Amino acid sequence: MLNWLNNLDRRWIFLMMFLAVALPILLQVRVPQTTTELSRAVFDEIDKLKQGDKILLSFDYEPGSEAELGPMATSMVHQCCEKKLKIYFMTLWPAGPPLIEESFRKVIQADYPDMVYGQDYVNLGYKSGYEGVIKVIITDLPSLYTTDFRGTSIEQIPMCRGLKNIQSMNLLVSVSAGYPGTKEWILYAVTPYSDKLKIVSGCTGVQAPQLFPYIPNQLPGLLVAIKGAGEYEKLVNDKYSGPSPPPKYLEADRRMGPQLVAHLLMIGLIIAGNILYFLQRRLRRT
Amino acid sequence: MKNETRIWLVIFVLAGGYLAWRAASVGIGSQFVTETNGRYTPASIADTVAGTAQFSLSRTIGIWVAALLTLGIFSFLYRDNPLYKMTESIFVGVSAAYWMVVGFWDVLVPNLFDKLWPSLIQSWSMPGLSPERDQWWWVSLIPLALGGLLLMRLAPRGGWLAVWPLAFIIGTFAGLRLVAFVQADLLSQVRSSILSVVALNSSNSLRLQQSIENFVLLAGTLVCLVYFFFSVEHKGAVGRISKIGIWVLMITFGAGFGYTVMGRIALLAIRLEFLFDDWLWLIDPYGKRLGM
Repeated sequence: MLNWLNNLDRRWIFLMMFLAVALPILLQVRVPQTTTELSRAVFDEIDKLKQGDKILLSFDYEPGSEAELGPMATSMVHQCCEKKLKIYFMTLWPAGPPLIEESFRKVIQADYPDMVYGQDYVNLGYKSGYEGVIKVIITDLPSLYTTDFRGTSIEQIPMCRGLKNIQSMNLLVSVSAGYPGTKEWILYAVTPYSDKLKIVSGCTGVQAPQLFPYIPNQLPGLLVAIKGAGEYEKLVNDKYSGPSPPPKYLEADRRMGPQLVAHLLMIGLIIAGNILYFLQRRLRRT
Repeated sequence: MKNETRIWLVIFVLAGGYLAWRAASVGIGSQFVTETNGRYTPASIADTVAGTAQFSLSRTIGIWVAALLTLGIFSFLYRDNPLYKMTESIFVGVSAAYWMVVGFWDVLVPNLFDKLWPSLIQSWSMPGLSPERDQWWWVSLIPLALGGLLLMRLAPRGGWLAVWPLAFIIGTFAGLRLVAFVQADLLSQVRSSILSVVALNSSNSLRLQQSIENFVLLAGTLVCLVYFFFSVEHKGAVGRISKIGIWVLMITFGAGFGYTVMGRIALLAIRLEFLFDDWLWLIDPYGKRLGM
């Protein structure tokens, strides 16, 4: 038995993991969400803005991170629309603009048809240059963004007229999958202009340990991966969606069921692996 | 025929039969669209029944291709195989082409060509832009020249010319990062680490939880720094402290690994959601097929 377990083909573990994720999806397993301080901080920072305040939403991710970051991005747009903020969308990732357009279709055009493109929200699109983009737009936005994503001159967009740089934003929000992302926003925008700018963020699980040192002074709020997205989603839904939110605002909640079962499997495998290791060691000694 | 090949053949035939039966009976993978102001957006079956949407062949093919490519990538978990190699190559090719197209239309056209030849760009591709040249338009000749020099790497002779723009890029980024790291990662982090281990509230009573948190943060930082301090041999008290430093680092790596696991499971979950919902129609979390 011990020998069999020791030589277990790893493909059985892959199969177990597949079932651990697939079955909760098929059975629609749900897990109750409890919110943490970090998620509440993100919600509060956006919620304390007033109608007409400017918010910069930077979708610094691509479809590969949609699973973790998509739900929180959707909820952020939802909250911003409810607060009637002026939303400036941009991205530091080349595959980001279609994700921004998708959030327009999914949230703004579907639930807030009164919002007008160019007056209430705008997609500034992508510019290459990594942190160089942040470094430029912190002092001179029109020199880099001559047009929006749709090719309209920035001067013809009402909410961009007179916008010299991003220092006039009331809040920056970065939904970040890595480099360039939240860390670069902190390094090149928030830290040098800490008296004017504030940032909250949502990030992937892989990136989270890199961002924790910035909490709370440089980064007051952080949504960590799908768990953070689920918590934030609950906060937004509790306040703005009523008792039965539409399924598009429950994506993170739905993905927490597979998370629970897969994590239990993972913990079980780690414990089993350790027991196996110590048993073998004892056998070798005797 | 080997036993393994026979088993896989049976699995493929059964799976293919199941897909064919589901596609013929309920139309799995079918996509519907509705037209609004000349733009096509996804629609539900209910919209189609109501006559406001129509079947989209291109999007249906897209769903099937995406599903089969997903399975192609998953097949690597069993063993490296030609289907996986093909899927991987398609992904690399599509990504490279996407980067090129985005780079051209989002950067080169509005930020370089438009500065140099504004009237041409306005008439050709971006009617929203001004046809007038900026006063400082000639400054854009510098990045144009540097960009051209960078391409000299591809030339059979004169590849050394590419070193200059590379030096410019490295120098610029080094300068940018040096200042930012000192300000945000060094000075700000030192400031954030200077904490009182006896945290008091406004009425001067002890905030126990905050005090413990501050102590753990401070002690953790110090023991990790001791571990990375190699000017003194790690023996005696220094050795013991550095060992605690290793423990703190291990706990940090463990937490990082936990977050990575969470991320990877989320990625698997969304692919399976796609397969079960958009392709196989086994679940319907968005209510797209209500009334079927």
